Amino acid sequence: MSEYIEHDINGVSVGQVEKEFFTFAGPPDEMILENGEKLGPITIAYETYGTLNPEKDNAVLILHALSGDSHAAGYYSKDDPKPGWWDIMVGPEKGIDTNKYFVICSNILGSCMGSTGPSSIKPGTNKPYGLGFPVVTIGDMVRAQKQLVDHLGLKKLLSVVGGSIGGLQVLEWCVRYPEMVVSAIPLATTTRHSALAIAFNEVARQAIMADPNWHHGDYYSGPKPDLGLAVARMIGHITYLSDESMRHKYGRRLQDKGDFSFNFDADFQVESYLRYQGKKFVERFDANSFLYITKAADYYDMEDQHGSGSTVKAFSPVNAKFLVVSFTSDWLYPTYQSKAMVQAMKKKGLDVSFCEIEAQWGHDAFLLPNDRLTALIKGFLERVHNETKE
Amino acid sequence: MRFDLEIIASWIDPGSKVLDLGCGEGDLLHFLKKNKGVVGTGIERVEAKAALCIERGLSVLQGDINKEVLDYDDHTFDYVILSQTLQQVYDPANLIKSLLRIGKRGIVSFPNFSHWRIRLQLLMKGYAPVTKQLPYEWYDTPNIRVITLKDFRKFSKELGFNILKEVAINTQNHEKRGNIVEFHPNLRATYGIFMIGNGLV
Repeated sequence: MSEYIEHDINGVSVGQVEKEFFTFAGPPDEMILENGEKLGPITIAYETYGTLNPEKDNAVLILHALSGDSHAAGYYSKDDPKPGWWDIMVGPEKGIDTNKYFVICSNILGSCMGSTGPSSIKPGTNKPYGLGFPVVTIGDMVRAQKQLVDHLGLKKLLSVVGGSIGGLQVLEWCVRYPEMVVSAIPLATTTRHSALAIAFNEVARQAIMADPNWHHGDYYSGPKPDLGLAVARMIGHITYLSDESMRHKYGRRLQDKGDFSFNFDADFQVESYLRYQGKKFVERFDANSFLYITKAADYYDMEDQHGSGSTVKAFSPVNAKFLVVSFTSDWLYPTYQSKAMVQAMKKKGLDVSFCEIEAQWGHDAFLLPNDRLTALIKGFLERVHNETKE
Repeated sequence: MRFDLEIIASWIDPGSKVLDLGCGEGDLLHFLKKNKGVVGTGIERVEAKAALCIERGLSVLQGDINKEVLDYDDHTFDYVILSQTLQQVYDPANLIKSLLRIGKRGIVSFPNFSHWRIRLQLLMKGYAPVTKQLPYEWYDTPNIRVITLKDFRKFSKELGFNILKEVAINTQNHEKRGNIVEFHPNLRATYGIFMIGNGLV
């Protein structure tokens, strides 16, 4: 691992890493999903960084968001131009210090980055599932992760960490496996999507389903619904930014031109940015996975599913210590949602810390370099790790 | 640590549950956690200070003390501390009530507005007093309440809570040293520290 050390602004990287795979739930032991359907075998792609200590009390599970993958940190090869998606946070002496912690990140069920999802081959056929893939839930994703964590021989997780849809999984871990989770860091997230978040997801899904190439999800042997997926991503990107960050980054500036084109090319920088993001996204992501994951996130309702409508009740089995973080300009998962979960944790008598970080970058802020976020996570993890020794 | 915080810390039983309202950078909580095995929580409005507390390994919530206290169940804490903040609170009566609802005991400290220097300034100069303990002009001060030790005792009778312990001290805000004032405290003490309760303890 150490032969390849890459420096970035926050220090060194974990170096060269490898994607691994764990397969379980082969017939006849398929996993029974929340919707009652059976699924199996299931493969989960994952990566680990750092070393599990002999006490096995230093494992940190990272849960990724909508379009993420198991590649949280490091590089796949010497020529890899880009590190993992959270390399600024995960690595030696970083916020999640791989010198101290054994870090696991797995690709979620339903995704297309190595774990079983709608683009995987359906057993007994030579064709991908497509819409034949069952509608999985956040609970199903977490139960699949639990299989992986068991497989790795872990009885406890020092912390589960994730933002956005990753944050939904963090909360699900805490209520579903309270005996395993020592601490949790839900970032820029909620116990359930607002109508606004569902609305944006629905528009994005409609964009995909309106693409003539989508063919009810059966497109794997022909042209893909790239235009629809690109538009879906463009909508997503708008929700990840903020009015302020867009004004700063693009304003009304034109892209490589002095005047309007008087046609429908990308005149404004913001148009050009969104088109670029859309185009880049279709190269790496599956449209059906986008549908399944956004639907799972929209369905998630911690208070309904675990507390019969009460957030306080939903938290009643939970033992974890919490660090909840929100960002001022996040309009997709606004601070009031984080505060509502903090309120329920307080009512339940849980140990919770909360910080609303002033940031102009909207929802994206949790993935951008932020010294405060790094210091918060670092300090919190150090504390909960020390307290396990007491 | 500040002299007034040292006195507060000396009043707290080891291993107890403590809430520090307006905990600043967490000096008192840190001390209590380290030296008395206290399970502490802090509430701090300023992001940078709340963040610093969390980085130091304290359990702290960024928020408005007036609202945050409402979320806790009755008697969640053994002690609720309101250190040098009462003079900045808009609705002290309700905050004190909440404090004694969620905590078995409250510890409240504030700068004494009847100190002889303050009296003298007003008498001799005729300007709103500016002192080391209350270093602001009338137009930029966060200290919207002027309280004297006598006022607080009167307040306790009006609101119906008990003063269980009381110490008047002479110190300066950032000075580590100070002394306890026993003779004419209302005139000679810069701060008052009170332990209060509902009479049920």
